[in-house]
Amino acid sequence: MPTTYNNPVYPYRRPPELDSQDVRHCPVVIVGAGPSGLAAAIDLAQQGIDSVVLDDNNTVSVGSRAICFAKRTLEILDRLGCAQPMLDKGVTWQHGRVFFQDREVYDFNLLPEEGHRAPAFINLQQYYFEEYLVDRADALNEHIDLRWLHRVIDVDAQPGQSTITVSTQDGDYRLTCDYLLVADGANSNIRDMLGLESKGQVFQDHFLIADVIMKADFPTERWFWFDPPFHPGQSVLLHKQPDNVWRIDFQLGWDADPEEEKKEENIRPRVQAMLGEDVEFELEWASVYTFRCRMMDDFIYRRVMFMGDAAHQVSPFGARGANGALQSTENLAWKLARVLRGEAPQTLLETYNTERQHGAAENLLNSTRATDFITPKSRISRLFRDTTLELAEKYPFARSLVNSGRLSMPCRYHDSPLNGPDAVGSPEELRPGSPAKDAPIRLGSENAWLLNQFGNRFVLLLDGRVTTGQAESLTSELEALLEEKLDLDLLVLGPASQALTRLPRTTLIEDAEGLVVERYGLAPAAAYLVRPDQHVAARWTEFSREAVNLALDRALGKQLFTKESRHATA
Amino acid sequence: MPRLELNPNFTDPDAFYAALTEVHRERSEESSERINARLILLLANHVGDQQVLEEALAIAGQAAKPAPARSQSAQQEQH
Repeated sequence: MPTTYNNPVYPYRRPPELDSQDVRHCPVVIVGAGPSGLAAAIDLAQQGIDSVVLDDNNTVSVGSRAICFAKRTLEILDRLGCAQPMLDKGVTWQHGRVFFQDREVYDFNLLPEEGHRAPAFINLQQYYFEEYLVDRADALNEHIDLRWLHRVIDVDAQPGQSTITVSTQDGDYRLTCDYLLVADGANSNIRDMLGLESKGQVFQDHFLIADVIMKADFPTERWFWFDPPFHPGQSVLLHKQPDNVWRIDFQLGWDADPEEEKKEENIRPRVQAMLGEDVEFELEWASVYTFRCRMMDDFIYRRVMFMGDAAHQVSPFGARGANGALQSTENLAWKLARVLRGEAPQTLLETYNTERQHGAAENLLNSTRATDFITPKSRISRLFRDTTLELAEKYPFARSLVNSGRLSMPCRYHDSPLNGPDAVGSPEELRPGSPAKDAPIRLGSENAWLLNQFGNRFVLLLDGRVTTGQAESLTSELEALLEEKLDLDLLVLGPASQALTRLPRTTLIEDAEGLVVERYGLAPAAAYLVRPDQHVAARWTEFSREAVNLALDRALGKQLFTKESRHATA
Repeated sequence: MPRLELNPNFTDPDAFYAALTEVHRERSEESSERINARLILLLANHVGDQQVLEEALAIAGQAAKPAPARSQSAQQEQH
């Protein structure tokens, strides 16, 4: 098979621990250098926390695997300093077609909202995604000790710390750590070693992925077939990846023989029938997979935190695996950094579990619904599915029911105990718990993006378009606040009085297209407190030092009830 | 408070019932099933409100239970 990508081979290095009698203690050890493990290491590094990352392999993903990265993921990656190569390499599409049996039933155009740095999503092979994360992690090697061909073979999780045994080609060694972050995939070995379970639904179905290289131009559109003549009774999805590679996903059914289906002589006629007789293509990669939708009841066991597929696994429909994973790692990273720096109580970490259980449940629900639509489980559900598709050809209402995977939307932590007060009458989309929205701004004479001003620390966005008199009283209050809260920066929306802009750790922005005021519903002296993961913590129609102080403490978990250490007993 | 209309709401109940049976006249069971599926989807969209639809689904689902359970729940519905 031809290939458009050669997997890099990362070097194994002999660990210094093999030549030492002492067991080294680390604040954080991360198991697995996939999307979750790497993103967590980068996020922690940016917030001053060192980690050791262990991976039992020495390359990135073999095969394209996860390929659709949603807007929120790209925003997280931008904060992590590695979105640009992904945006440059990735492809995006806006136009899609849905086919049923022998005909096209409708087409659609996604028309994403203007005025955001990141597109609604990009398609990019997982190997590129991981490679760019590795590049970024390597650039942060003062904080990230990335070790290839290091396999964890034993874990002893105690209430206060964990001890792991790591196996290498030169021998075994041990490490102790305050926190063990587990991102070793859907079939997590660490989860098994600790006797923990991920529970949910197994789908009795096989899917075949075929990546093909088109010889000629082919429209950049997403095509989804239900029950097509070239593959009766099943579904097929076609969409574009970089390098002129097209992903074709065939549902095979439970009775299919994966080994037979993977053979080029069996794939070729099917793809030819689907693309048309005159389309020339080469097969690059093929793989047969089954999937599950499942999650752990608790992503935290003592001081072991589970992330990514190890914690929550979904079907591929709706692109919620890697996208959900990145939202989980960023939720954990800022909290862990502050607990390790002694700035927040350990109970803050409990909210990683509560907030992300909510996120994972949402992803699981969405991907299960899409799966049930695509692969009906009974005669009656198939009847409804087919009827919906028939109606969709003529009537727009039925198109809203057609579910071939809903685009991953960012999770909103509306019920989080970390949320502070909401401002009555402000836009619903940005109420506490929501991810901040992007908008074009000006920084001095430069064009910039609002979201790039948030993240890694708390930020107070203040509408500084107040009178000179108001500005004076605000300035003294803000000065005191910034002195008390060192983890807080100030972002002032101008034009604003100079007194305000001369404050320490303060940036002045201008609303380039009026979209900041519109999207945030701002008015002079209104304020938003934004968490280090760019989620809104609280907002007010009028700034008050006391209120921000309280909300910041709350967002750091200082008002959470201290539970008796729930992990103390097994 | 139920929002599903359970009191008579038809402009012409007899005409509706006649039209409903008429559309199924001399159809195969398979064809009738498809008509019903289409009808449910068309009407569900017209109703639109998820809470109302769930109430209707709950009542429809209860009626499928065995007889003793049905009479009990039917009584409960009267309240």
